[in-house]
Amino acid sequence: MKKLFLAASLAALMTLPAQAADYVIDTQGAHAFVQFKISHLGYSWLYGRFNTFSGDFSYDAAKLAESKIQLTIDTSSVDSNHAERDKHLRSADFLNVGKHPKATFVSTKVVEKDNNNFDLYGNLTLNGVTKEVVIAAEKTGEGKDPWGGYRAGFSGTTTLTLKDFAISMDLGPASATVQMELSVEGIRK
Amino acid sequence: MWKNDVSRYGLISIVLHWITALAVLGLFAVGFWMVDLTYYSQWYRTAPYWHKSIGILLAITICLRLAWRYFSPPPNAVTTHKRWEKQISSVVQGLLYIGMVTLFISGYLISTEDGRPISVFGWFDVPAAGTLFDNQADTAGLVHEYVAYSLIALTLLHGAAALKHHFVDKDNTLRRMFGRKP
Repeated sequence: MKKLFLAASLAALMTLPAQAADYVIDTQGAHAFVQFKISHLGYSWLYGRFNTFSGDFSYDAAKLAESKIQLTIDTSSVDSNHAERDKHLRSADFLNVGKHPKATFVSTKVVEKDNNNFDLYGNLTLNGVTKEVVIAAEKTGEGKDPWGGYRAGFSGTTTLTLKDFAISMDLGPASATVQMELSVEGIRK
Repeated sequence: MWKNDVSRYGLISIVLHWITALAVLGLFAVGFWMVDLTYYSQWYRTAPYWHKSIGILLAITICLRLAWRYFSPPPNAVTTHKRWEKQISSVVQGLLYIGMVTLFISGYLISTEDGRPISVFGWFDVPAAGTLFDNQADTAGLVHEYVAYSLIALTLLHGAAALKHHFVDKDNTLRRMFGRKP
């Protein structure tokens, strides 16, 4: 009887939804990406990413509204697969990385939409300018990994207007905005 | 006629000198101007392409010039030159060579960090050595910028000295660089 009870409670415990937990974003294993795409002349998409960043989040499926995330990006790690362009992107015409080596995103609130979709509000500091942005986010999955850990993954997108962040280079009307895409996997601490 | 002798410059040295002068001034002007072009300027892609192409061709020219200098050394200094003039002029001329070589290397390092070759007017490609050190393009870019300003300052000094010899000292220093007899 005692054994059965123990087994039952253990089983119950294991089927419970994930508890509120803190996660570190898996930049170590590079299962996280801060990417962007911007139109080139209105004719094609140019993709790039930031290679160096770190962050963590806390997430509770039952209390989504209490979830939080913070992310710090090394702006000099911008990589668009072209050394001359990346040099230009790091310059004062764009990201001004000498003066603003870090970009940060700190969430302020989470508004649930449906199932796995939610709006993530937060303050983005980029090129020395802080503005509130809304990331349309989605939980992409969670569960145990094969090596004894527990992981949860999310992706989200938001559109930034270059001028809003004092990025002075004029790339033409089709390229006034850049679409940011965040795809992160967290490992439960 | 072709080679330098003890008192006068030969045609090859003269031509190499003036090609270098034109290319250095042109490269500086284009470089200074092209970094501020707007994205929709018709020169946005052409100006850097020409700058790099001419830069590579000048690098080859300077190699030939240094080789030629070895086979056919420059004439002796004009006899009326003072000792300090000779000393300063050889220091400045040495720095001009060092500056140009530094500019060739730093310029090359900016454009080839990602392994892309440099095309010279589409005639041939200079292969890339890839990433040789951290922050290569940015560091090389700063070196390229400061050395370019320094080189132009030295070039102006070099030119001003030639004019001083021509108009103030009224000697043959400048005339010799046009092939005149001393």
